[in-house]
Amino acid sequence: MLEDFYELNPYELDKDAKEKMLTKELLELTELHRQKCEPYGNMLAAQGYEKEKITSYYDLPFYPVRMFKEEELLSIDKEEIFKTMTSSGTTGQKVSKIYLDRDNAMAQQKVLIKILGDYLGKKRLPMLIIDSPEIVKNRQSFTARGAAIIGLRIAASKMTFALNEDMELDLDVVTEFLEKNAGKKFVIFGFTFLVWKHLYQAMKEKGKKLDLSNAYLFTGGGWKKIEAEKVSREEFKECFTKQFGITHFLDHYGMVEQTGCIYAECECGHLHASIYSDIIPRRYEDFSPCEIGEKGILQVVSVLPHSYPGHSLLTEDEGMILGEDDCPCGRKGKYVKIFGRVKNAELRGCSDVYASKF
Amino acid sequence: MNNKEKYINAFVEGLEIDADKVEGLKYQEIPEWDSVGHMSLVASIEDAFDIMMETDDIIDFNSFDKGIELLKKYNVEM
Repeated sequence: MLEDFYELNPYELDKDAKEKMLTKELLELTELHRQKCEPYGNMLAAQGYEKEKITSYYDLPFYPVRMFKEEELLSIDKEEIFKTMTSSGTTGQKVSKIYLDRDNAMAQQKVLIKILGDYLGKKRLPMLIIDSPEIVKNRQSFTARGAAIIGLRIAASKMTFALNEDMELDLDVVTEFLEKNAGKKFVIFGFTFLVWKHLYQAMKEKGKKLDLSNAYLFTGGGWKKIEAEKVSREEFKECFTKQFGITHFLDHYGMVEQTGCIYAECECGHLHASIYSDIIPRRYEDFSPCEIGEKGILQVVSVLPHSYPGHSLLTEDEGMILGEDDCPCGRKGKYVKIFGRVKNAELRGCSDVYASKF
Repeated sequence: MNNKEKYINAFVEGLEIDADKVEGLKYQEIPEWDSVGHMSLVASIEDAFDIMMETDDIIDFNSFDKGIELLKKYNVEM
């Protein structure tokens, strides 16, 4: 039951306690989707799945994330769909479609807020969004980029969009926002490349400095283009500290197929798995789990997907576990490093897809 | 305006719907009260009573009646 998880702080379980709780929940979810989603049930049968033999969630079958592009995978009746989310995708790519019923959408929202609250505190903060308001215009169907912003809306006391329809920084809007919130903590949110191009580079070209030292810079969605410009993640942070005085960075890793369960960056610069999800890097040759410090292709499990069979997926990203239960920030669970897409995989990070137009 | 009238009015303004639709309304029951509408509704309730709701309450707020119950926490009685 998801409710059992809500009782806990998102990072309070150590390895053994988390494994026990996740295994039970994910086994139940596997059974639910086996009964409700025929293609998924067929996949389990083809893999010779026997639930009696599963002692840990490490042994559960996983689905390639690409399947959501090829087939309509849902574990609810079509009448129960009330939101469809689509992945980012460059032109010509097929997009993933994720079908949500009410409960699933609410759960995603709840968990996202619980996780973020652990970093930003419980108080709702003003948010400056480095994106255009156009991104949330269509209310029935959201791109992953729009969905992320809508999901954050609840944690904001007020949301201000810093870019206009042409994706240009509106300096008047930003200035007014800063005057209104002088001396207060606030959040700047945007996908990594948009923040880089439309905030940092735009202001640098204008030769203007802004005092954003009270901000948490909350980013996500891919580094490809920025790394291609030969800017490392460390240099990226240095640029923002130099230009705007920003010292609080909160990057995150997440995907539309497991919305809500984000892996957020702590004060030590590590991305953390919460009690709601886990990351298992696997070896290419035989898909066995990697050791700590060994790079592999990432499997992700999450207790949130109920309306579609997305609770155990093989991504197209590479990463490694840096450690477990012992991060100096005090959060329990795994902390990981993400390297990005495996070679020759499609481009699908929110930030990366937008960046591919430049 | 008493609190109940203010509360109903917040729905009218926040969701841009007629007052006769408001009582007994549930989240996602009408297109206007979706996740986007939800936040403008919360904003108009916060303005009407000069409060700031906690995130957990915003998430739990899923019907007209539930809102009345939640607002007690903020000393708004109806």
